[in-house]
Amino acid sequence: MTEQVRPVTLVVNGTGHRITVPVRRLLSDMLRHDLGLTGTHVGCEHGVCGACTVLLDGRPVRSCLLFAVTVDGADITTVEGLAAADGTPHPVQQAFTECHALQCGFCTPGFLTTIAAALQDNPDPDEEQARGIIGGNLCRCTGYQNIVKAVVRAAAIARERA
Amino acid sequence: MTQIFGEPVLRREDARLTTGRGRYLDDLGHGAAAAAFVRSPHAHALVRDIDVTPALDVDGLLAVYTYEDLTGPLAEPLPLLIPHPALTGGRTGYPLANGVVRHVGEPVVMVVATDRYVAEDAVGLIEVTYEPLPPVVGIEAARAAERLVHNDVPDNVAAHLVQDTGDVEAELAAAPHRLRFAQTIERSASMPMEGRGVYARWDAEDQALRVYSSTQTSTSVRAAIAAKLQLSPGKVEVIAPDVGGGFGVKIVHPWPEELLVPWAARLLGREVKWVEDRREHFISSAHERGQVQEITAGYDDEGVLLALDVRIWHDHGAYTPYGIIVPIITSTQLLGPYKPRAYRCAVDSVYTNTVIVTPYRGAGRPQGCFAMERTMDRIADERGLDRTLIRERNLIQPDEFPYDHGLTFQDGRPLIYDSGDYPESLRLLRELVEWDAFETVRAEAAATGRTVGIGMAAYVEGTGVGPYEGGHVQVENSGRVLVSTGLTSQGQGHETAFAQIVAQELGVRFDDVHVTTGDTRRFGYAVGTFASRAAVMSGNAVALAARAVRAKALRIAAEALECSPDDLDIVDGTVQVKGDPSAAMALATVAVLSNPLRYAFDNDARAATQFAPRNDPDRAPVAEDDEPGLEGRDYFSPIRSTFASGMHAAVVEIDRETCEVKILRYAVVHDCGRLINPMIVEGQIHGGVAQGVGGALYEVMHYDEHGQLLNASFMDFLMPYASEVPHIDTAHLETPSPLNPLGIKGAGEAGVIPGSACLASAIEDALGVRITAMPVSPSDLYELLASDPERTRKASA
Repeated sequence: MTEQVRPVTLVVNGTGHRITVPVRRLLSDMLRHDLGLTGTHVGCEHGVCGACTVLLDGRPVRSCLLFAVTVDGADITTVEGLAAADGTPHPVQQAFTECHALQCGFCTPGFLTTIAAALQDNPDPDEEQARGIIGGNLCRCTGYQNIVKAVVRAAAIARERA
Repeated sequence: MTQIFGEPVLRREDARLTTGRGRYLDDLGHGAAAAAFVRSPHAHALVRDIDVTPALDVDGLLAVYTYEDLTGPLAEPLPLLIPHPALTGGRTGYPLANGVVRHVGEPVVMVVATDRYVAEDAVGLIEVTYEPLPPVVGIEAARAAERLVHNDVPDNVAAHLVQDTGDVEAELAAAPHRLRFAQTIERSASMPMEGRGVYARWDAEDQALRVYSSTQTSTSVRAAIAAKLQLSPGKVEVIAPDVGGGFGVKIVHPWPEELLVPWAARLLGREVKWVEDRREHFISSAHERGQVQEITAGYDDEGVLLALDVRIWHDHGAYTPYGIIVPIITSTQLLGPYKPRAYRCAVDSVYTNTVIVTPYRGAGRPQGCFAMERTMDRIADERGLDRTLIRERNLIQPDEFPYDHGLTFQDGRPLIYDSGDYPESLRLLRELVEWDAFETVRAEAAATGRTVGIGMAAYVEGTGVGPYEGGHVQVENSGRVLVSTGLTSQGQGHETAFAQIVAQELGVRFDDVHVTTGDTRRFGYAVGTFASRAAVMSGNAVALAARAVRAKALRIAAEALECSPDDLDIVDGTVQVKGDPSAAMALATVAVLSNPLRYAFDNDARAATQFAPRNDPDRAPVAEDDEPGLEGRDYFSPIRSTFASGMHAAVVEIDRETCEVKILRYAVVHDCGRLINPMIVEGQIHGGVAQGVGGALYEVMHYDEHGQLLNASFMDFLMPYASEVPHIDTAHLETPSPLNPLGIKGAGEAGVIPGSACLASAIEDALGVRITAMPVSPSDLYELLASDPERTRKASA
């Protein structure tokens, strides 16, 4: 068996990449193992837990459900790309620390990317909307209460900074 | 000195974990070869033949191993970690199947290849011929014993365990009232978001091994690897990197993969890594909870429990590597905050052809709590009394501590509760959930056609089991304080909590304290993180080590400042004369002074050489009972476990059409002694409650009659999302433990323990049907409602 490979061109966290990957390589594996962006975590490999969520042209997607070759030409943001260029944490990153919204931290990158995208659409979610925003991501540690709090807090931080 | 112990300090861990800079197992070992496993598709079978030839042409294949390749101790059965006199039929598997497989998922062949994709290609090509045997699935089949999981273990019973105190038969016979019922608790599992994983590097020149494992005990993994691979423990380093959750499953060791991956790394002379995928985690790690219980209770007119006789059948799966810890805990912690005159719990721990059962957060306590609290609800029902009143009449009172139950706990020590205030806990709970106002709530809901109910449950949790943990504290010449302890972290915030303790004890700034856990290079003696023990054990150990460093710092500084150590204090990293902050020296300077040197390689060292001016020619540079360096090490080994406690209450609403259960309110009163960091404790409770909700309403391992796990994915094993977990109101009570210097008790598991009992109580209250099995699904409720509720209620009495 010989691996069939194809070149992929894409922008990840503002940096352009052109790499050749096996056609069956998952986007999550390409980010983690080819580009060394290990902040994107793989929790189930069947699209349910949301730990591997990245932003594809600004929209959250499950990177374990996409082949790397299918995102040729895309602009991707991972957890490593959420902070500002000067290192200022994204509001949701700051809010997660302030609200103790993470424990083991394994699911956290998927929550952060999901929430970052959602706050673009709804910059002022109430608590119920916040629950909805994170409704597709699994966390086994926190019981979600502090994550809900962090969503609301992140929106407030964004407004404070504006 | 600012108070930092007890403060809700933000976590040290979060900066890296929120930016993708964590280092979890699969983030390490870029370029390492990848392992993958052929696992049994049968629940019970003989392995007749393994044909690896079809895999040999796969590009990138490095090695294929079967049992035949294993030698020495590696070819022997895996260790039975915790022997017990009652465990007469304990059995363990092999790293790779030796002629027989006893559950779906048992490893049969190991493949190593250049990457995981290629390794799995090879796995798919290997042909194993099995001769299937009829499996034993479920407790009923195990009890029937028409077939055996292990031919040499009669009746499928590995252990018959009896715990008793008082004369149960006599008390039951004499009791004015008796009730008897049976109930079932289904299997669930820890299910951390990160599965297991092992990464090994063999250094051929040093003949040394470094292993990273997503484990709850790196020191014991090291000991196991050294023993099985016949290496000196000094040649094996084991590190638990960032670990993506554990909840019990990662305390088991050595997993087959923890031996096979380093073994292959040594044979192949290259780095090897294995990362468990989610299906593997479902079928080849561990589950918990499954029990059948029969309960007989005797009580008086007032509802005071006189005698409790419990019979339990505990499903421990195919092997017993972790002994019978889970049923031991069920049988001892079942009593909760109550004090029947007589108690007996007899457990049969039985084999089935399913995944092994080892502790999952709560570790047998949720089942025990379910037995006791459901008993309390039934007594209340029979006597026509309020459920909180019945409990109040049965509680151990504050003046009865230490309270000796006359049983033996999981640590082999007497089951003696150290402290607590259960009546106050109950009072707080009633207040928090507005128990007394609930009938109004019920009436209002009923007026609009809604069905609501309220329930509660109480627990006592033995935490901080021994035998020991240690701590090391070192002040560097820079003033940085390095702290290490051997036990591991899986998200509990140890880097923060232990830094708070050391900052407080030593008198330094929190920001200057840096904690390392679970790294045998830094601390070689440890037990592990389980049984809500890390804060109690390592928290006290690092406190004692910090006190030793403080005493040494004061002694050295007193000599330099020409005063008595009693006149000195350490404030924000500066040793100063009490009342005279001008006479002071930085702790960093004390560190320099503590280490007389020969070589002046930098400015600090120049100040400390034996040629420095302050040297006393009449004294040895290092006194006979002293040692160089400003550091200290100490161990904490408690006489017994310390007992945390708490009570939960829930208000539920049930849709009578769909039987969907919605939790409207969830209240927690929690007592874990003195709090190191209330923010972290509260987070632990929230997470525990979420797992309690999962166990009560959703999580079950669906095995079919062939022993196939039908729901081995997150699509089908229903863990709660944000939509299923209610907002949780918490209240803390602090009754310090007299058994350790910091007065703390464990908090890790508490949140999960009363979940099933509490929600069953609330659902029963709402619908008037008997709940005798957990979890309870809408379909179950629908069927219960479809049958005559009155009949259901009476039949069980």
